[in-house]
Amino acid sequence: MATENILLAGFGGQGVLFAGKVIASAGLIEGRELSWLPSYGPEMRGGTANCSVVLSDDPIGSPLVTTPDALIAMNQPSFDKFCDKVTDGGVIVVDSTLVPSTHEIEGVRLCAIPAAQMAEEAGLKGLANIICVGKLFAEAPFCDKDTLFAAIDKCVPARKAAMVEKNKQALKIGMNA
Amino acid sequence: MSEKVLMKGNEALAESAIRAGCRFFFGYPITPQTELAAYMSKRMPKEGGTYLQAESEIAAINMVYGASAAGARVMTSSSSPGISLKTEGISYMIGADLPGVIINVQRGGPGLGSIQPSQADYWQATRALGHGDGHVIVLAPSTVQEMADLAYGAFDLADEYRTPVMILADGMLGQMMEPVVLPERREELPEKPWAVTGHKGQRPHNVVNSLYLTADDLEYHVVEREKRYDIIRREEQRAECVMTEDAEIVVVAFGASARIARSAVVQAREKGIKAGLVRPITLWPFPQDAVAATLSTAKAYLSVEMSMGQMIEDVRLAVHDRVPVEFCGRTGGVIPTPAEVLAKLEEMNAKGGE
Repeated sequence: MATENILLAGFGGQGVLFAGKVIASAGLIEGRELSWLPSYGPEMRGGTANCSVVLSDDPIGSPLVTTPDALIAMNQPSFDKFCDKVTDGGVIVVDSTLVPSTHEIEGVRLCAIPAAQMAEEAGLKGLANIICVGKLFAEAPFCDKDTLFAAIDKCVPARKAAMVEKNKQALKIGMNA
Repeated sequence: MSEKVLMKGNEALAESAIRAGCRFFFGYPITPQTELAAYMSKRMPKEGGTYLQAESEIAAINMVYGASAAGARVMTSSSSPGISLKTEGISYMIGADLPGVIINVQRGGPGLGSIQPSQADYWQATRALGHGDGHVIVLAPSTVQEMADLAYGAFDLADEYRTPVMILADGMLGQMMEPVVLPERREELPEKPWAVTGHKGQRPHNVVNSLYLTADDLEYHVVEREKRYDIIRREEQRAECVMTEDAEIVVVAFGASARIARSAVVQAREKGIKAGLVRPITLWPFPQDAVAATLSTAKAYLSVEMSMGQMIEDVRLAVHDRVPVEFCGRTGGVIPTPAEVLAKLEEMNAKGGE
């Protein structure tokens, strides 16, 4: 049975927890088993933040992803820390704007896109996280395409309704990157 | 059936408590429990309830004592070091036969320890949550759904047996999100004829107290309470058994570590190892009947815990040390991996085959 172990990592404030929630919500919409576990240690106070998401057709044991099938790395320390943990046949999406130094890893697909720069140019500052989710979806789909857009509707709070379309635009940019 | 929503364990537990009729929450912030109190601070005023951030954990538990004595459904929450501070008040609640729900979202210890998930307060919760002859019922959720369901049921257990009930969770369960179906709102709550609500000259006045200066008098009350504990031991043991029917190696694990143990047991089965899992849902009373029932096929037991090994003593008592009981765990806030548990199961299986 299918299980996707996804790890998202970056600086606090880049929205890795939110991006993880979008992926988790896609699992919720499709009625799958899922878990979302944030790092909540001292790292969330200004340092690195990361978030484990597991989507599965079976009950989930450990929600902590130590060997991801998919990694979104939004800063250099996150790439350096986790790139060797990605499983064989896995995929890494990196924001090359903020991760200048990457290297190929055998058996792993490395997708470097300048997500922060793309967000800036599209007037979507702060949505590099969702661009990365879109790119991950394009490389290794973890749900139906419509579901992912519906997940945005679910995750953006009502008081920020104006952000729904921007997030969806960011998803599309990522998917086509 | 209501809709599945995505919530953190801390928040699902808080919402569920409100739906169970909890209208008073007294707490003090501490990681990794803080979302629970934060959620209560937002929701309680909308329910006409009281949220109060006390000046300390000790103050909070004594407010719980007061609200409970007045007949309310009341809760407090904290994490390990904060629970240690509350134990005096919990003992007083036991001594005064007061219901109440206490949440421990455990972190590593001793001392200030760490803020990462841990199960090292097992002994404190099941042996000595305060001084004196007494127990509290201890429930151990292992999913966000159970964080909600067990908290909901905890208020009924507390009222039925007039005892504090603890939910022994941990930082992983508190912080993680999973889909959860929240319980229906309780409209009717049990009568509490013993509560101190003002007698208006209509009945003899009620007294809530834990002080009995005469030895015979105190002994009488402790013995009477013990009779209730006997009923709890008989009626309230709860456990989930997974693939134990023919299990030769029985893993016993609760809460977050039970999730990891379950993955390891499933993987062990795929390798032809006859492993099974008993997951205690009540830690006190310990589900010794469910554990003992596996003795007919078990050649060995493995206690998996996020501590240096505490529940293992209850497992050994339950199986009367008739077969070996081994331990596998991590501590300090480190979460064991299914691979570590699987390796231990393989080692035990190889030993058993010799």
